[in-house]
Amino acid sequence: MELSFTARNVLLGATMLGALGGTLGSFALLRRQSLLGDALAHAALPGVCLAFLLTGAKNPLPLFLGALAAGLLGSLLILATVRFSRIKEDSAIGIVLSVFFGIGIVLLTYIQKLPTGNQSGLDKYLFGQAATLVAEDLKVMAVLGAVVIAAVLLFYKELKLLAFDSAFGSSLGLPMCRLEILLTLLLVIVVVVGLQTVGVVLIVATLITPAAAARQWTDRLGAMVLLSAGIGAAAGVAGSLASASVPRLPTGPVIVVVSSGVLILSLLFAPHRGLLWGLLRERRVADRIRRENLLKDLYLQGERREDWDSFLSWPLLMGVRGQTAGELKSSARPLLREDLAERSGDSLRLTSEGRRQAEGVVRKHRLWEVYLTRRLELPSDHVHRDAEAMEHTLTEETVAQLEDMLGYPEVDPHGRRIPARRTA
Amino acid sequence: MATPSKTTLLEDETPREAPARRKPAVEVHDLTVAYRTQPVLWDVDLELPEGQLIAIVGPNGAGKSTLLKAMLGLVPSVTGWVQIFGEPYARRRSWVGYVPQRESVDWDFPTSALDVVTMGLYGQIGWFRRPSKRHRETALACLDKVGLRDLAHRQISQLSGGQQQRVFLARALAQDARLYLMDEPFAGVDATTERAILTLLKELRDTGRTVVAVHHDLQTVAEYFDHVVLLNMRLVAAGPVTTTFTAENLQRTYGGRLTVLTQATEALLQKRPIEGTAGGPGEKQPWS
Repeated sequence: MELSFTARNVLLGATMLGALGGTLGSFALLRRQSLLGDALAHAALPGVCLAFLLTGAKNPLPLFLGALAAGLLGSLLILATVRFSRIKEDSAIGIVLSVFFGIGIVLLTYIQKLPTGNQSGLDKYLFGQAATLVAEDLKVMAVLGAVVIAAVLLFYKELKLLAFDSAFGSSLGLPMCRLEILLTLLLVIVVVVGLQTVGVVLIVATLITPAAAARQWTDRLGAMVLLSAGIGAAAGVAGSLASASVPRLPTGPVIVVVSSGVLILSLLFAPHRGLLWGLLRERRVADRIRRENLLKDLYLQGERREDWDSFLSWPLLMGVRGQTAGELKSSARPLLREDLAERSGDSLRLTSEGRRQAEGVVRKHRLWEVYLTRRLELPSDHVHRDAEAMEHTLTEETVAQLEDMLGYPEVDPHGRRIPARRTA
Repeated sequence: MATPSKTTLLEDETPREAPARRKPAVEVHDLTVAYRTQPVLWDVDLELPEGQLIAIVGPNGAGKSTLLKAMLGLVPSVTGWVQIFGEPYARRRSWVGYVPQRESVDWDFPTSALDVVTMGLYGQIGWFRRPSKRHRETALACLDKVGLRDLAHRQISQLSGGQQQRVFLARALAQDARLYLMDEPFAGVDATTERAILTLLKELRDTGRTVVAVHHDLQTVAEYFDHVVLLNMRLVAAGPVTTTFTAENLQRTYGGRLTVLTQATEALLQKRPIEGTAGGPGEKQPWS
């Protein structure tokens, strides 16, 4: 019975923390301040220790306030270092992080040696121990969380502007500097809320990982924030349930592992931005280029021989680009399937539709050559290779513009005829 | 475009009765800006007339962007002040529209073209409120003016460089300002877009707005602009293009860089003010 009560606390706490971290993390990620959260977490440690030393007990509220004060001090030091010295932000973050964390560890070691220290459980702040969450902690978390969410809702459009174009915001007369401090303050609050659950070392993951995962799936800030909060909360649920069912499995690290898994899946499989999507797109482009090249090769042979009816032999076509039989076969397959080419034994010829499409490719190639020689005044023996690439990328619209600009030329710089546009 | 009738008006009226609209669009007095100990602008005195297309021209590192930012109060000045239509910038904020350099933001930001243009209205929307349907329609109309209505819902990274530049212009149009400060509005756009942007700027001018643009292409200054500011850390010359954009002034802007730097650095080291830097059109510089 008592175990399930603890488990319920952990579940509630981890879910709240995940949602909060995901929300704020979106803004931190877009402002390229991912490491700021890390610095704030490390900076909070000496605050926790000092609060314990001053009050002599592990009451949630004083420890929260101590962490909050130290985290804020750390963030202000970072802002001040960047503004008033030549040290850049990444170094300032590194310096504040290590100095505060060092002091925190010294204090922590001192506390461990005190008679009361051993029972303090302060060392749990390093890696977090969600099981130590009590109802009192959850109340503090809920109140602070409500404050954070309310602030994000109220200042949503200003925070968006801060993340996108702060200088423009200033030119509108918005107090961007104060908004930056507000955002940092909200970050500190979330970090401090999560210290006990996830710990100093891993808290940055609850901010950044859900946000980075969410970014892969959407191109709208609102959707990204919601999705990020959702992923964070789901990781919180999964992490706390897993650690409740498997003995001695720590909640914080499991949350981080779960959200990292979501991130990896997102990076691989998200539409448009995912790696797999990119590979498929590259593959499609490569297929199209191979197919258009074979169409063009067949056309050029026909043009040279002034004979469109004979079949062209396999070895002849392989010789044009030095392709292997296998490569040629795989290029020919889609042409045959779409009735753009016909096959007779080991030789190929264009169908009338195939010839029409091939003319389109050759047109682009030759028009581009005319453009390069006329407009950019390149010598005619230097334009072929460039046209070889452009014939696959020019759109019909650009070709029409090009033709208009060049006054509908009929021959290319090498004296070969540019096929006229034909409608299907 | 300083018409003769305007000049007559200026001479006829006593200063006390001068109506507000006769004030220069921008007045810069004794402005010095430094990033730490590195001087960027020295003692710039400048008056920019209303209702004109004005180019700010000068070599790299001449402080062109800094001058715009100083007008907007985005960079602190060491000395001097700026007035917009006769008042400090803080009181004229809503009269001024700003177009930053395109590279100054991350175009991979998760937002749409329409959303970016709506940002130009954030000042008038006010705190704690969402953009309403009316705001959205205003933003759409501004996108329409730059020919991007059809791409309103595109994610901004899917726009070409020229289209991104036009989104920034549309955002400035949404501000409905009297004075537009633009940081290289023609940078990295194709010839067609450049034409379209120019037409837009002329339209703004012809409806009485003032447009100040940092410009890089010396060849088009005379064709595009009415008024020119030649800048190289200090003001070299400013005035109508026809009289100011001369080979001699250009030589002084682009050729005398080393001398200016040397003298400025020397003065800084000795902590004394630089002498003879009160610039004006056609004035001979002591070191030239």
